[in-house]
Amino acid sequence: MHYAPVPMHIPDGLLSLVVALIFWALTAASVALAIFKTNKTLGEKQIPLMGIMAAFIFAAQMLNFPVAGGTSGHFLGGALAAIVLGPWAAILVMTSVIAVQGLLFQDGGLLVMGANIFNMGIVTAIIGFGLYRSVSGNPNKTVRLAFAGAGAWLATVSAALVTALQLWLSGNAHIEIVVPAMLGVHVIIGIGEAVISVAALAFIEQTRPDLLNAEKSAQQGGGGWVWAGILLSLATVLFSPLVSASPDGLERVADNLGFLSQGVSAPYQLLPDYTIPFLGETALSTIAAGAIGALVVLGVVVLIGRNLRKRSAE
Amino acid sequence: MHADAFDRFHPAESRLHRLNPSVKVALTVAFIISNALLPDAAWLAFAAAWLFLLAANDQSRLGLWFTFRRSLLAAPFALAALSAIFSPLGGALVSFHLLWLNLTVTDVGLLRFASILIRSWLSVQMAVLLVATTQFPDILHALEHLRVPKALTTIIAFLYRYLFVLTDKVFRLLRAREARSAGLPGQKRGGSLLWRANVAGNMAGQLFVRSYERSDRIYNAMAARGYTGQLRTLHPHEIKPSDWNFLTLALILLALIQLTGWIR
Repeated sequence: MHYAPVPMHIPDGLLSLVVALIFWALTAASVALAIFKTNKTLGEKQIPLMGIMAAFIFAAQMLNFPVAGGTSGHFLGGALAAIVLGPWAAILVMTSVIAVQGLLFQDGGLLVMGANIFNMGIVTAIIGFGLYRSVSGNPNKTVRLAFAGAGAWLATVSAALVTALQLWLSGNAHIEIVVPAMLGVHVIIGIGEAVISVAALAFIEQTRPDLLNAEKSAQQGGGGWVWAGILLSLATVLFSPLVSASPDGLERVADNLGFLSQGVSAPYQLLPDYTIPFLGETALSTIAAGAIGALVVLGVVVLIGRNLRKRSAE
Repeated sequence: MHADAFDRFHPAESRLHRLNPSVKVALTVAFIISNALLPDAAWLAFAAAWLFLLAANDQSRLGLWFTFRRSLLAAPFALAALSAIFSPLGGALVSFHLLWLNLTVTDVGLLRFASILIRSWLSVQMAVLLVATTQFPDILHALEHLRVPKALTTIIAFLYRYLFVLTDKVFRLLRAREARSAGLPGQKRGGSLLWRANVAGNMAGQLFVRSYERSDRIYNAMAARGYTGQLRTLHPHEIKPSDWNFLTLALILLALIQLTGWIR
């Protein structure tokens, strides 16, 4: 039997050189930091573990379940890896998976690999681990699994959003088309991802609870991950309605961008221009409304979490 | 499944196969960067880049059209660039209305979309050629020589080594599920969508636990044999003068391609 990859990573040629290099730089810095951090905690034992875990993610992506009409849901695994292995190890694991998919199977380009790793390894690690870590000490299993599921869903959606933005920044796609298209697909894919991740976590908790205890997860990453995860989730939740609420303002941005990205060094000349449309009243009020709404939701979630923690402590 | 189930290496006796892997990796990346740098609608330069690719194919002795067959892999994703045809610049060709959007296809937009497709298509082919002429462990050593951190290349080496083992496990899991999912013809098999996703999740969890425990055993076995965190190779991978010549020639050709792209 042959592994037939479903191309879902950005191939070469779809991102402009500047965007590709910026994301390579971000990714390289994160990976270097991840190597430093994992070396400190576990040493040489970590390397075979992460290698096998990378093979696990790769192989688990072949697990599919029939959805409807011949299509099937797939498992991506970034959030699950971050929850079980910790964010730093997960970044290295996902980097290796994406590197092999790009190098060996041409699923994803080489020049844009930095962007692919950023989207599917780093964004998913921040959101998946950050949200789970915020409740990892919670004794209530349902709460932990719910946050893990929310993390897996949001990680998928954020990765899609960031991908869409990269395409737009490269001047190769229109924001009012590519963002809703990518989000529309991944909002649904994310549900499958969330269900599989939650079921897998529940299984792991039952068979190897030692792999998922609270101290371990605190050791793997500090509270900064929680904040990063919440901020990134907020950014995703805020930006998505913004695009659909004020396509006009963003269309103008896209027009400016499309115009300027005909030149090679587009993003530099652009920044002054493209802040202006964001100041439009409708866009600003959408952001504000979204921010308030998201903060309310967050507050409710935190309060519920506190209460649950207190109750179980009594 | 065999250990080489995922290998994309096509053995042949050729100059490209013998070329130093670091040079090959560097040239592949250089070719892809060169494509990304070419301006839109630089047809002459695109043709030159394609000739460069054909020459490389020829050098590999795998046949002129070897990379062509696997080159349409990236096509589905290229649809993401489809919206580039609605570029606001240039003259309008066709206008239509879709849901809440007013869309106008422009000539500049069409040229841009075509250019993106060509760049993507050329780049994928060179990457196909790289893995067809270089064994995967050699690519990893090349990456090490090109200053990719050793921790990362070693993890990738482990991934490559155990991928087929875990893939076998996945196929066994899938076969077991299939065997337990008997159904009458014309009747729906299994439970709801949620239930099915849950089953897949349990399979993923099981695969995880088995892989985790396997990694423990692997580490113990390797530590017993003197593993200190480094994988070694007997292959020296030195860059010979002929490799330098090849590299220089190829880079000059790429520079010429850039020149044809930018001079009108």
